[in-house]
Amino acid sequence: MTVREADKRVLQTPFHSRTSALCETNLWSPWKAYTVVDCYSVLTNEYFAIRNATAVFDLTPMTKYRITGKDGLAYLDKLMTRKMGKLSPGRVMYSVWCNDLGHVLDDGTVFHLKENHWRLCSQERHLDWLLATAMGFDVDIDDETDDVTGLAVQGPTSCQTLKTMNLQGVENLKPFQLKYFPFDGTELMVSRTGFTGDLGYELWIAPAHAETLWDALFAAGKPYGILPIGTHALDIVRIEAGFIQAGVDFVPALEVVRAGRGRSPFELGLDWLVQFDKPVFNGRKALLEEKEKGSRYRFVRLDVEGNKPANESFIYNGKKEIVGHVTSATWSPSAKMNIALASLDMPWGRTDDEIYTEVYYNRELQWNRLMARCRVVGGAFFDPPRRRKTPPLNY
Amino acid sequence: MKKYDAIVIGAGHNGLTNAAYLAKAGLDVLVLEKNPYIGGATVSRSLYEGWTYSNCSYVCSLFRPEIYRDLELARYGLQIIPYEGGITFMKNGDYFGNYADDERHHREIARHSKRDANAYHRYTADVSRQTRLIRPFMMRTPPDPTSFKPRDVMELIYIIKTYWDLGEEILYDTIRFWTMSVGDFLDEYFESSIIKAHLAGAGIIGTALGVYSPGTAYVLLHHYMGDVDGTIGAWGFARGGMGSIAKALADAFQSFGGEIKVDAGVDKILVSNGRVKGVVLENGDEYHANTVVSNLDPKRTFLKIMEEKDLPADVVKKAKNFKIRGSSGKLNISLDGMPSFYAIPKDHELLKADFHFIDSMERMERAYDDWKNGTWSKDPYLDTLIPTQVDPTMAPPGKHMMTIFVQYCPPKVEGKDWTDEQRDAFGKTVIDQISEYSPDFKDLILHAEIRTPREMENEVGLTEGNIFHGELTMDQLLFNRPFPGYAQYRGPVKGMYMSGSGTHPGGGVMGAPGANSAKEILRDLRRKNTVPEAFSDE
Amino acid sequence: MSKQYDVIIIGAGHNGLVCATYLAKTGRSVLMVEANKQVGGAAITREFSPGYSVSACAHLLHLFHPQIVSDLSLTNHGLKLAATDLHTIALAADGDHLTLTRNSVNGNGLSASDRTAYSEFQNKLRRFARIMQKTFMVRPPRLVHKNMTDLMNLAKLGLSVRMLGRDDMRELLRIGAINIFDVLQEDFQSELLKGVMGFDAVLGSNLGPRSPNTILTYLYRLTGQLHSNGSAISVPSGGMGAVTSSLRAAAEAAGVEIRTDMPVKQVLLDVDTVTGIETNSGEQINSAIVVSNADPKTTFLKLVGARNIETGFVRRIDNIRMQGKAAKLHLALDGKPKFKGVDENQLGHRIVIAPSLTYVERAFDHSKYGEYSNHPAMEISIPTIHDDSLAPTGKHVLSAIIQYAPYDLRAGWESQRESFKQLIVDKLAEYAPGIKDQISASELMVPPDIEKEFNIHGGHWHHGEYTLDQFMMLRPVPGAAQYATPVNGLYLCGAGSHPGGGVMGLAGRNASIEILLREKVA
Repeated sequence: MTVREADKRVLQTPFHSRTSALCETNLWSPWKAYTVVDCYSVLTNEYFAIRNATAVFDLTPMTKYRITGKDGLAYLDKLMTRKMGKLSPGRVMYSVWCNDLGHVLDDGTVFHLKENHWRLCSQERHLDWLLATAMGFDVDIDDETDDVTGLAVQGPTSCQTLKTMNLQGVENLKPFQLKYFPFDGTELMVSRTGFTGDLGYELWIAPAHAETLWDALFAAGKPYGILPIGTHALDIVRIEAGFIQAGVDFVPALEVVRAGRGRSPFELGLDWLVQFDKPVFNGRKALLEEKEKGSRYRFVRLDVEGNKPANESFIYNGKKEIVGHVTSATWSPSAKMNIALASLDMPWGRTDDEIYTEVYYNRELQWNRLMARCRVVGGAFFDPPRRRKTPPLNY
Repeated sequence: MKKYDAIVIGAGHNGLTNAAYLAKAGLDVLVLEKNPYIGGATVSRSLYEGWTYSNCSYVCSLFRPEIYRDLELARYGLQIIPYEGGITFMKNGDYFGNYADDERHHREIARHSKRDANAYHRYTADVSRQTRLIRPFMMRTPPDPTSFKPRDVMELIYIIKTYWDLGEEILYDTIRFWTMSVGDFLDEYFESSIIKAHLAGAGIIGTALGVYSPGTAYVLLHHYMGDVDGTIGAWGFARGGMGSIAKALADAFQSFGGEIKVDAGVDKILVSNGRVKGVVLENGDEYHANTVVSNLDPKRTFLKIMEEKDLPADVVKKAKNFKIRGSSGKLNISLDGMPSFYAIPKDHELLKADFHFIDSMERMERAYDDWKNGTWSKDPYLDTLIPTQVDPTMAPPGKHMMTIFVQYCPPKVEGKDWTDEQRDAFGKTVIDQISEYSPDFKDLILHAEIRTPREMENEVGLTEGNIFHGELTMDQLLFNRPFPGYAQYRGPVKGMYMSGSGTHPGGGVMGAPGANSAKEILRDLRRKNTVPEAFSDE
Repeated sequence: MSKQYDVIIIGAGHNGLVCATYLAKTGRSVLMVEANKQVGGAAITREFSPGYSVSACAHLLHLFHPQIVSDLSLTNHGLKLAATDLHTIALAADGDHLTLTRNSVNGNGLSASDRTAYSEFQNKLRRFARIMQKTFMVRPPRLVHKNMTDLMNLAKLGLSVRMLGRDDMRELLRIGAINIFDVLQEDFQSELLKGVMGFDAVLGSNLGPRSPNTILTYLYRLTGQLHSNGSAISVPSGGMGAVTSSLRAAAEAAGVEIRTDMPVKQVLLDVDTVTGIETNSGEQINSAIVVSNADPKTTFLKLVGARNIETGFVRRIDNIRMQGKAAKLHLALDGKPKFKGVDENQLGHRIVIAPSLTYVERAFDHSKYGEYSNHPAMEISIPTIHDDSLAPTGKHVLSAIIQYAPYDLRAGWESQRESFKQLIVDKLAEYAPGIKDQISASELMVPPDIEKEFNIHGGHWHHGEYTLDQFMMLRPVPGAAQYATPVNGLYLCGAGSHPGGGVMGLAGRNASIEILLREKVA
């Protein structure tokens, strides 16, 4: 009679001793199996740590799969909508993957760790689909979520922090590159990736070395304004970057119960991730057909008039007809814009369309309704050049 | 002699629901019950001092919230308390726990198979889809597909459209789901034997089919389509036992001026000139009404309390051929304390819900083979609960009541009537199976009520002891339930109706057949409808 | 790179031959490649002991469609029936057997009500089977999908159900999805009669008489009785191989090039479009259209390769239930066997051992757990009664289909084949006491043998269970039910497709029609 893992209501990440010591607010939320910090102390400080200094975010709950075998690239090419053939060892690629209907199951990053070894990192779990897709390929797929833990180290001084940690040459990492460094008697993998749209890195290591890593990082980052951040601050920056989130901006196709609620990559504004000039991949037929016949929805980034965030709002056209809804919204402290991500019925969402969001807000329980005009924005709301510069400048 | 507007035969939950809606519409309604207590198979009984048994039905999920709310059953003391948990014990000493929390559930399945833990999401999405589809039809009268009446044609079009709107892929999956065996269905998702065994139980409960019999995936759905407070597929306890539901319904009925007579077994429905005029009781008393509703199962209704001469020949034949096979037994046990189990710590949260002791579909199928061969399963599938962990009203403090549903148990043993010795041997089989997993279970037993289909038939009046008033197979579902041409609650004789689980949508403590039937009666009587519309899931 | 063909057909089973011939008749150049040394697939005659030949898999003809016989002039190409209109003899242990024909059943001790019930039941079910058969002649309609032909076919189906009249329609909707066991209990008394009828419903399937779906399988069988000539069951002269020989002759007359002993390694693709095939010997042959007569699992998982099709579709293919449960016994006999109570002139008919529904159900029960039946049910044919070409003069061949022999026998077939064969022979000897002494040679083929010899995945000779979830627009799987597949230019024409298995030929014919419809270029 042993107490099983499942008897525990939530699990603690390998960084828990450190995160819990720093969490002054005691605001936690479940993320997959784990409990993670929503906000350590002051949200504004955490937000500006990302945009102004070095911010550290505990990535433990991210789902990680190890893909090995000689057919790995061919396999990934079938799985993903994007061409994976050019993903050489040491490189990382972002992509989405679809079911046969061409609806997005999830998005995530593929790390080509070394010859014949890849890691797929995503929000949701997909072992069943990954294994089903593996039929006919010489690949092995293992869930390594609990064997690898990670920290996102993001912000303009993040590179200096890592250099101070003695990760020699880390400044030469280009965006979407990864490199191994000796650390604490083991291997520390650093990738120049992130969910903030800023200069930043992600550090991956075996859980046994988690606390050592945390301590070294915070010691090194002290002069650079290092702060731990929670999920709330991260959510603001990812909207600023225009990044979509599974379960928020789209329903992962696996969880769709009602017909037609799934979204294709085209309908999520991810056309650039769909590449047809490669072997058969999941969703190919449906996506080709959609390309020909047109999509049902358009995904847009909106600059909303005024300063009241448009969360959970309907979107109307000039004739007051509902033509879509907001999926994520926030005030952007960096762009000084009132921003939103939204899914619109076709053909709405063209640059010149007259569209409005319906915003409700209250002032001392006095409720007000506002029809705020929206402008469709092209790229990210906030996109600093430092995000791409290699080696990064010292800030 | 007083003449009523309507007489309802049988004070089970559907009969009471039916009567309540008729009375609510202003009819003068009499409910007749053969037993000295009401409830039919929805009862709480004290058979051992200090303990209360839900001695037939024992948990609640299917009962329509529309009815609960509309008849204000909460005012009459009804409370449904949801429970969480569930466990299947394994022969090797391990177990599978059914945690309500998604993440814990994932971790627990992953212990047995990582792939299955993830496949469970696909399974949940697919089954929820089917559940959402079927739910709106619970509170609707099935159309007659052979009819050209506008109402039937419109309803048929509505159904076809609902399914057509699913899109091609999902429609195909729906057809497959309705026709597959629960075993084949689960094989398409899972690799781990224990996960499949745990989930397959819902495909055979109350059913004379095995996990490998096509059609049992639907039976699974029948157990998933209910809800507690909007959580679809959740189950709960009626506080004070299932009798609380019958009591609340009876109170609601009486608040509308209805009248209930117990100890009033009906001998015959009186028919003259092709229409009903009342009933005559076993003691010779007569009660008259132009509307008579039978809440009894179809076999009892047409072969026992109606005269063959009053019925069309095809109905008699259909009633004789109606499949109403007893396949389940029941044990109700008073316990001196909470039993412990080798596999998990005492008073573990998983024990708050249903637990089982059969860890492979093969064992389940072999249990069915025993039934096919005319005997009770030697290694049965048990659906066991100890409701007193949640409901403090059913046993003295610190003591417990255990309810055990047993699949399979035949209506006759090798073609012969049950003897008391056989009944006890059946009970022993069940108790022995549990004792393999619990060191102290046997010693804690203070009293045990053992019920084979014989007892259920004799006490409750369920033909062959079938808990659903008839098998849930395709020939007896929707517009085929109970018989083709008679699926709209109207009997073959003018003024005669059916309201029991033998009608659409079938068995379980649901109330829907009773309510749907009332709607049809009120329509025929040109009275204002009192039955609520179904809640929308959208 | 060798010659280019308009169409390549993989597998020269009867459906492949039918499809090839129809296509070649339109002037297309058609190449057929067959892995085995002879054409015919599972409809062949071969020697199993020196001097003794037998129809190695299918052994009686009852579904073969007359339209194919006339369209392809098979009679001119040598098709000859040695015996038609065979009865079914249901053996009884005491020798009091029943004789069943299309419309009547006779036997000592059979009640008048059973006799009447039988003809009424057969008539009623034939009315239902007629509707089913109409759907056999066209591609299964896709649902929801907006296509005029499909909507018309659906409407026709709906109309023919309505045209049954109210009572029949209700009866069809009631029993259509359930089991033969329950339905037979309603009208019949004789255990033996019910036994043989139940056996007909489960023959070749992975179902017992109590399993829902067995009315469907029974109806499927009855469609064979609706053909214009009305002959229920027949034996071709020269065995089943003669049927496929005539098909080969017709095919070659139409210009089909047939290459045997040429197993295909893979279907060649340009992304998702067929370009030809590659044989095991490495030869590549080009064609824009490839038709597979192989079963769907072999076609997609082996020849096309799972990696070249999308995962959802692969999963559907992987989930097809197609594990064989029937074995085949061949005996070389020194003389005519003597079955208790069976006259010598009845020996040429179809003989069935299925004394009761319970007997068959229990035989099935074993197979659920990976065991062979300890009291198997069987269908016996002694073709040498009608056809002396199959054995030396005065000698005989007995061919029997044995239910049930699971594909994945837990104890392993290598160690069990012999004991199962002994058990079957013992069972035969219960009804034909002297038979053991007459046996000079024997062969038992269990599903793995059938898989190996005929290249059918799982050894299921219908290329997939015939159940409602693998029926019509779901056969073999959605997305490939109209013979066309997700791979451009690749078609299916085998028993795994609508309408299904048995030596019927309609899958091949329907596939050819669909190919001509879709591939307008000549």
